[in-house]
This record gives sequence, C-alpha cells and structure tokens, in this order.
Amino acid sequence: MDAHLQTFIQQLLNGVVWGSIYALIALGYTMVYGILRLINFAHGDVYMFGAFMGYYAARLFHVDQRPGVMGTILVFACSMAAAGLLGFLIERGAYRELRKGSRTVAYMIIGTAIFAAFNGAALHLAGGAAVLFGAAGFVAGGIGGVFLERNKRHAPSTSRLTALITAIGVSLLMENGGLLVFGADPKFFPQILPSRELNLGGIMVNSSLLIVLGVALFLMFALRFLVMHTRAGKAMRAVSFNRDAASLMGIPTDHIISLTFVGGSMLAAAAGILVGLANPKIDPLMGIMPGLKAFVAAVLGGIGNIPGAVLGGLIMGISETLVVAYVSSTYRDAIAFALLILILLVRPAGLLGTHVAEKV
Amino acid sequence: MLEIRGLDVYYGAVHALKGVSVRVEQGEVVTLIGANGAGKTSLLRAISGLVKPRAGSLKFEGRELGGMEPHDIVKLGLSHAPEGRQIFANMSVHENLELGAYLRKDSRGVHDDQERIFTLFPRLREREKQGAGTLSGGEQQMLAIGRALMSRPRLLLLDEPSLGLAPILVREIFKTIREINQDGMTVLLVEQNAHLALKAANRGYVLETGTVKFEDEASRLASNEEVRKAYLGG
Ligand SMILES: Nc1ncnc2c1ncn2[C@@H]1O[C@H](COP(=O)(O)OP(=O)(O)O)[C@@H](O)[C@H]1O
Ligand SMILES: [Mg+2]
Repeated sequence: MDAHLQTFIQQLLNGVVWGSIYALIALGYTMVYGILRLINFAHGDVYMFGAFMGYYAARLFHVDQRPGVMGTILVFACSMAAAGLLGFLIERGAYRELRKGSRTVAYMIIGTAIFAAFNGAALHLAGGAAVLFGAAGFVAGGIGGVFLERNKRHAPSTSRLTALITAIGVSLLMENGGLLVFGADPKFFPQILPSRELNLGGIMVNSSLLIVLGVALFLMFALRFLVMHTRAGKAMRAVSFNRDAASLMGIPTDHIISLTFVGGSMLAAAAGILVGLANPKIDPLMGIMPGLKAFVAAVLGGIGNIPGAVLGGLIMGISETLVVAYVSSTYRDAIAFALLILILLVRPAGLLGTHVAEKV
Repeated sequence: MLEIRGLDVYYGAVHALKGVSVRVEQGEVVTLIGANGAGKTSLLRAISGLVKPRAGSLKFEGRELGGMEPHDIVKLGLSHAPEGRQIFANMSVHENLELGAYLRKDSRGVHDDQERIFTLFPRLREREKQGAGTLSGGEQQMLAIGRALMSRPRLLLLDEPSLGLAPILVREIFKTIREINQDGMTVLLVEQNAHLALKAANRGYVLETGTVKFEDEASRLASNEEVRKAYLGG
C-alpha cells in the first residue's frame, strides 16, 4: 500500500478515536441542554473526575498490577458510578434550586468558586488554608444570596444568566477542588488492559485504540437504545420536548432530569477512562479543553440532538487530527473555534438541529 | 368530586384568578366559558398542579391537591388535555398514547384502552406509526384527548378542544365528549365556543377577568340575557 495512504488511514483512525471520545462527552452536554436548555459547563470537569476515579479504582483493586478485562470492567463501573453520583449532586445541589426559584445555593457556589479561583490563581494556599478560604467564600456567597433574595423579587428574566454563571461556578469549583484533592501534578493512568500493536493489512494500530473505539460505539448504541425504546428514555424525550405536558402524563420530571445528569455524567466518566487508555496523562484541569471541544461538537451537530452530538464529535476529532498531522500542531485547539464560528455563521442550529427552541 | 374554593392565582404581579370557587360532581359535564384572558386556562393549570395557587383550596374526592406535584395529581385519577394540544410532535401517535399511560403497569389494560381510543377516533388507528407532528389539527386534538384518557382518569380536564378546528371537526369532537361522558367520565370543559359548550354541559360557569360572573344550569345560562349578549352573539 502507498505509504501516504497508509499514514492517512492511520491518522483518520486516530481522528475517529478522538472523535468518539468527544462524542461521548458531547452527549452529556446535549442531553442536559435538551432537557433544561442549560449549558452545563461543569460537564468537562465531570469527565476529569471520571478519569481520576478510574485511576484510583485501578490502584485500589490492583488492576494496574494485573491488567485484564474483568479489572477494566470494574474500573469502568466504579468510575461511572462515582461520576453518576456527582452528576446527580450537581443537579440536585445547584441547578434544581435555581429551577425552583431559589438562588441562594447559586450564590454560595459562585462565592466559593470566586474564592477558589483566587486561591488557585494568586494565593497558592496549601490544604487546610485553602479549605478555610473556600468555606469563607461559601458563607459570603450564602449571606449575599439570602440578602439579595430578601430584597429583590425573583426576576425570571435574569434566571438564565444566573444559571449560566452558576454552571461556570460549579466548574471552577470542581477544577480547584480537583487541584486541592488530587494535586496539581499530572498522574499517569495505569495500563489496565494489555495492549499491543496490530497489523491490519499494512496499517499499524495499537489495540487500545480499537478498544477505545469499541467501548465508545457500544455506549453510544446503548444510549440510543435506552432513549428510543425504554420507558425512562421515552419519558426523557417527552420532558425534553415539553416539560409541562410530560408532567401531565404523570412523568416525575425532576427524576427524569436527575437521570439525564446521571446518564450524561456516566458517559463523560467513560470518556475519561478511555482517554486514560489512549493518552495516559491525567490532571485536574484536563477537562477544560476537551470539555470546550465537546461543547463545540454538540453545537456543531445541533445542540439538544443526540445523533448530532455523535456526528459533531467525530467531525471535531477527525478534523483536529488531520490538521495536526498535515498542517501544524499549533492549530490543534484553534480548529475547534474555527468550526464553531463556521457553524454559527452558516447553520446556527447545527448540522442535524432543526430549529433553536426557546424553553419558557 | 372536585371542589375549588376561593382560589387565587398570580403570575408575578398579574392577578389571574381572584377567589374563584367551582364545583364538579361525579358524572357531570361542567363547562367554563369566558373571553380570552379570563383565567380559564389558569384554573385548569392550578387544578393539575402546573401553577401553585397563592390561596384557596382545591379538593379532589376529598383530598387537598394544593402543593402536590402534577405527576402525583395524575395518580389520583385526574387528567388534563392542555390548551394548544401539546402533543409530543417528535414521537409517533402510538408513543404519545403510551406516554399517556405512563403510570400504568397493566400492559393488557393499556392495550385494550388504546383499542378503545382507536374505536373512538378511527383516524388515529390509521396513523398509529406516524409522527404526531404530521397530523392535522383535528387529528392532533383527537390524539390529545386520547392521550389524556390513557391514564384512565375519573375526571377529565379539557382546555379549548375546539380551538382552530373546522366546524365539522368541532362537532365531531363535541360528539366524542358526550360519548365519553355517557361512558361515565366526569368532564370539566373549558371553551370559548360558548354555544356548543353550553349545549354539551350540565352546568356552566362564566369567568370574567379572574372571577366567576355567573354559575348555573347550562340551559339556564344559555338563555340568560347577559350571557347571550356577551358570549352567544346576542
Ligand atoms: N405565564 C403567564 N405569565 C404571566 N401572565 C399570564 C401567564 N399565563 C396567563 N397569564 C395572564 O393571566 C390571565 C389569565 O390567562 P389565562 O388563564 O390563559 O386565560 P384564558 O385561558 O381564559 O384565556 C391573562 O391576563 C394572562 O395574560
Ligand atoms: Mg386559555
């Protein structure tokens, strides 16, 4: 086979692998957006959290010493369960309060996040002092929230902006919390599955790439099946389409919203481990860039649209890989923003999006 | 069966319902008529828990509904076909009916009820696998009513089922409402088409800017001079 073609196919495969990881993260953005019209900026950090939970599970159960299929499944299960719980708590603690009209929790989060960000950026406080500092932000935010709520009637027009800021607050909180708990130094994700180079008709492929691709595809099809054919999946589609009408069917909409966060977070955690398999360096800020790119992928495909998220993720991964391979690695991150600008100019609803619905 | 007393509903500063009292007895068709903006939809939304009243009591079969979540109210045997139909246009006719039966576990009963709805509205059977968004306005209204019936309610709330439909379809819908009622369903019917609504109902309420202006037997309301002037075109 022609050497150029060989490299091209290899790169394409790399692109598809990265694309499927972006797609898994993008699914969480799009599911949450579909149901709440909220961009959950903390989603990239859930992916980071998933990678760390996978790391700790692998060490706890010694999968790093005895790589194997059962161990890998265990690592996935632990990490996805922990991230699902985190997603549940994020929705319950932050977004649900906002939805019900209370903004105190939102202010607490924002306050903590601002202090945490100062801590991370400027002060570099160590363990105990940083926690105290964060707690001070929490209290200050809480007092501010109660005060504001007492003095100003709930203004629905600002609630979307509040939700957005809260989402950014949760994200900052998780990143700084991660720095505090996991440490700022990168960790090496252990090899939990044996891997080797395979020769597929002249194209050299690492077996772990195929595993990444296989697991990602499996999860995407599983999600599609759940959403299209199960009772909970149908309820989810109904709530996304019209929350009031869904509640008139007897659907407990709050539970379905929780379930959406749990499901999206589990997929993000899986993506975190898959990244660990393909590119074994993890750190508390690892969620920022992939989170942003997956968000762009979701917009590219049409935010709120599940197949769109997969398509957008693949386009993102492939174009990024090809640009790095054939143009310059300087543009690795720029391509995401170029794609975002392009789609917003040409087709703002996204490739598979039909219309941009406003949720009232 | 349903007893509403002194209900107050606000949207921010807008006072939509001002001390409204309405009663529905088992087996009745009760209609609620009034001009656009009178508060008819708000009353139905308060009954099914979509808006939280600020004051007053809402009792269904002796149980207080105030503070309950909409999905728990459905469990008590109340079903609401909302204004503007609000079918799930992204799903098939079958899936819409299936969602109407979301709380039910008896799949055989659900299947039988779907058959019954197809007998009531044969056009829905022809379109069972079709996307609900592709249905005509009349078919969507049939689907909205059918979907509401799928939970096997004892009280059915209908919000302007005739809205935007051709006269022949309007008559068909009203005929079906009477049929459903003859099978034992209690109905609270909100309508702007006062003429047909008063014909179909046993009793009626006239709502004006958030308060009950008249309440009487439907036939007596239909011959009331003021009601005729304001709502029946003289
Ligand atoms: N979501 C809302 N926000 C603010 N005002 C509302 C809302 N819904 C209804 N209203 C107001 O409440 C009043 C009653 O409306 P509605 O119950 O829809 O009346 P009807 O169904 O009789 O046309 C109207 O003045 C309307 O403008
Ligand atoms: Mg109305």
